[in-house]
Amino acid sequence: MTRDLLALAPEALLALGAVLGLAVGTWLPPGREGAVRGIGVVAALAAGVVAVAAPVAGPAFGGTFAVDGATAAVRVIVAGAVVVTLVLAGDPSALGGTPDRASPTSARVDTAFAVLLQLSAVGAMLLGGATDLLLLASAVLLAGLPLAALAGLARDGRSTEAALKYFLSSALFGLLALAGTTLLLGLAGATAYPALAGLTGPAPAVGIVLVLAGLLMTAGAVPAHFWVPDAVDGTSPVTGAVLTTTAKVGALVALWRLALAVPGVPVPLLLAIVAVGSMSLGNLAAFAQTSLRRLLAYSTVSQVGYLLVPVVVARETALALPALLGYLAAYVVTNLAVFAVLAARPQALEIGDQRGLARRHPGLAVALAVGLLGLVGTPPTVVFAGKLAGFTAALDGGWAWLAGVAVLNSIASLFYYLRWIAPVFSAGDPVLRDPVAPRARAVAVVLSAVSLVGTVAAVVS
Amino acid sequence: MMWVAPLAVALLLVPVTRREVLLGAWTGLALLEVVLAVVAWTSVGVGYAHEVAVPWIPAFGVGYHLGLDGISAPLVAMTTLVFLAVALYSLRHDPAGDGDTDERRTRGYVLLFLGLEAVSVGVFTALDLVLFFVFFDVSIVLMYFVIAGWGSGARARSALQFFLYTFVGSLVMLLGFLSLAVAVPQITFDIPTLAATNPLADRGVAGMLTLAAIGIGLAIKTPVWPLHTWLPPAHTDAPAGGSAVLAAVLLKMGTYGFVRIALPLLPGPWRGAALVAVVLGVVSVLSGALVALAQRDLKRLVAYTSVNHMGYVLLALGAAGYAAAGSEARVLAVTGATVQMVSHGLVTGALFLLAGTLRERGGTSVIGAWSGLAGPMPRFSWTFAVAAFASLGLPGLSGFVAEFSMLAGSLPAVPVATVLAALGLAITAGLFLRAVQSMLLGDRHLPAAAERPPIRSTGVFRRPVSPDLRVAETTAVGLLLAASLAIGIAPALVTTTIAPAATSVVDLVSR
Repeated sequence: MTRDLLALAPEALLALGAVLGLAVGTWLPPGREGAVRGIGVVAALAAGVVAVAAPVAGPAFGGTFAVDGATAAVRVIVAGAVVVTLVLAGDPSALGGTPDRASPTSARVDTAFAVLLQLSAVGAMLLGGATDLLLLASAVLLAGLPLAALAGLARDGRSTEAALKYFLSSALFGLLALAGTTLLLGLAGATAYPALAGLTGPAPAVGIVLVLAGLLMTAGAVPAHFWVPDAVDGTSPVTGAVLTTTAKVGALVALWRLALAVPGVPVPLLLAIVAVGSMSLGNLAAFAQTSLRRLLAYSTVSQVGYLLVPVVVARETALALPALLGYLAAYVVTNLAVFAVLAARPQALEIGDQRGLARRHPGLAVALAVGLLGLVGTPPTVVFAGKLAGFTAALDGGWAWLAGVAVLNSIASLFYYLRWIAPVFSAGDPVLRDPVAPRARAVAVVLSAVSLVGTVAAVVS
Repeated sequence: MMWVAPLAVALLLVPVTRREVLLGAWTGLALLEVVLAVVAWTSVGVGYAHEVAVPWIPAFGVGYHLGLDGISAPLVAMTTLVFLAVALYSLRHDPAGDGDTDERRTRGYVLLFLGLEAVSVGVFTALDLVLFFVFFDVSIVLMYFVIAGWGSGARARSALQFFLYTFVGSLVMLLGFLSLAVAVPQITFDIPTLAATNPLADRGVAGMLTLAAIGIGLAIKTPVWPLHTWLPPAHTDAPAGGSAVLAAVLLKMGTYGFVRIALPLLPGPWRGAALVAVVLGVVSVLSGALVALAQRDLKRLVAYTSVNHMGYVLLALGAAGYAAAGSEARVLAVTGATVQMVSHGLVTGALFLLAGTLRERGGTSVIGAWSGLAGPMPRFSWTFAVAAFASLGLPGLSGFVAEFSMLAGSLPAVPVATVLAALGLAITAGLFLRAVQSMLLGDRHLPAAAERPPIRSTGVFRRPVSPDLRVAETTAVGLLLAASLAIGIAPALVTTTIAPAATSVVDLVSR
């Protein structure tokens, strides 16, 4: 029992941080809740350290949860994302709404943000390690529901819409996943992954598809991506960063585990179709956007498509797992860097507002260029290494056409990322005031530097 | 190694804003790189010298593998020399030659060129496909910013066109690399290892598709007709230094890729597709020459002659794929192709710098706007005449050595194509002579801007009193032309280094 609890130490630490933050937050005056974020940062850092140290490895809780390299990677990536977003949230007005000294509110927005973020991160970590359908279904809900509340934190019309959209799709697809779990339980007599190995035929396929639907919604992949643009566009950039990172990391690793768990069901083909759909539709929809948050939202949809490529070949090649984890880490770093650039100037969220940014804030402009070119997969950024690994795995696994489609989509994505970069480095009109949130700028610069030298760091690992 | 030094200097210069420090450090580093390149060259024999091999991403067979051989050493030396010339050329109050003296912009310009030098040296020394690709792609990104930030005319459009075109090509090329890497049992991107195993030897269609992917990527960069359409606008709108580097160094990444990757790693498919290379080469030669004949702008003219000159290289490399033609001639063809890369880099770099001075002095590089320059601009006239003759292949200059060896080496394999390509020589000779005649001779006629009495301003870099080349500019162009002259008079300087490497390339392609 102790061993089981120790196996969950990182999740427990984060949950503890959330509870403690909630308790402390209620005693702090609204608007001055920095301590809660501090607790969250400490908890996330501790979770990351414990995950690396990994006191326990192997299955835990009777085989419902696996502590292995993939779980550790998910824990570290998610914990890192939590730290970064908590730092981002520290800027005034980072969470939407203008800080109005004259009319203080009683809402403890910062506490709510930090606590919900940590709870969702716990869900994401559980997703990454779940090897049992029931745990998987509850992890989907735990990762998803706090995000719905998070999306509604700003309490204006658009953010309410975002929250509602996220909540409805989360509820719908969560129910589908539960229905699939029930079906599979009836067919296999158990919900643990090893028991599913012998399933073949159409009925288990239906069950798996239903479970996949829940995971794809959490990951924001194509048939279940409708919430992504509205949720990201309707909330502050920091919230958008959370919505498109934490849960996604867990969901993709969960997809990888599931794909391996049911060799009798053609999951790879299904995921390949989803991958192609995600990257193509995400790219096509991003072309015409003028709102940067919407553009980024669609770009994350297309990124899920590339992230699914290694999942597709999970059964064929041992390169799939390192490719998936490497790409996930790279994606999180780069995506957070770009969202941090947006968060640094929350008043300028349209393409037209980007003109002349390079002259006014060269550091931010360079960070943005590195981040966007990184999302394309330009060397020497980390996403390049991730894409390279993913495409290599695809070719090695015999899915050459999928790699070809992914390359074509990478080329297409270049157009809309460049549409953003070009005005940043153009001359631009004189602007009287262009304030920049200091923490977000620092985060953007640091993350883009990480994205540049991260590939070199691969030597060490 | 050599490619890290510019990056290190660039990092040191990030907080600096004083123009003198920036330009001084840049020139100093460029000089140091030339010295390093020459020193490194002297120790190149058979095989790779100064080899560094460290595993990088071992799970995917990616390694940090660098080395110099007889083909890359001359190219690295040429690259460093061109960058030195550009650094010297930029020693003035507005380094990009656009009248913008903002010191923060100067810093951006210097940092971009330092980055370009790093990745250019990197491409020519990389012995790992991924490493090659990384350097190759970063060069595109940096050049995009050079053109978009400091160009003229429709620079944003030209820069975007350049970026999209070459970037798309590079991604297609990456697919080819991946297909090569996974074809061996233990996945690897190491070029010498792949060359030794010849992975796609017995897989006909896969080999052809791989070659097509790699070939398209490299052909866009080279550029080969009909994939050359990005080149004229990019060259015309780039700043002088950018055009010089683009033509002299970046185009060579394409042709170098053929010699380093396409021929040795895919020998069977290359022999099968040799005819395609020969035909595309000849078409590039002729169409480049003919279209250049119709150009009125000097920069566009030089840009199209680049298509022409790179066409010879492709022709020679295609001829090297004819196993029946005897290995001696094919070694001569590959050697000539390499000399042509070096020679074209030196000469075209000089021509673009010269065209840049025209545009800076008179606001235009249209040939018709200038005539009778021999009187008011003697230094310009001399250097331009020498560069033009070097470009058209006058004996005694490097262009002759290169073209003679390529044509002589290709003749046994593809006689008809070689004769056709030789026609291109006549056309380029005609168009350069026409340009020399109309610009340097005749009645004195300069654009109004170049005639205006210059404003004297105090400062470290004084504006010139005459429109002629300044000392730094003369030195820059003179260095390049002196190197071309040296190769022309004593071809053995380069051919003795190149020949062993060319022999090994021909041996590899004959398997």
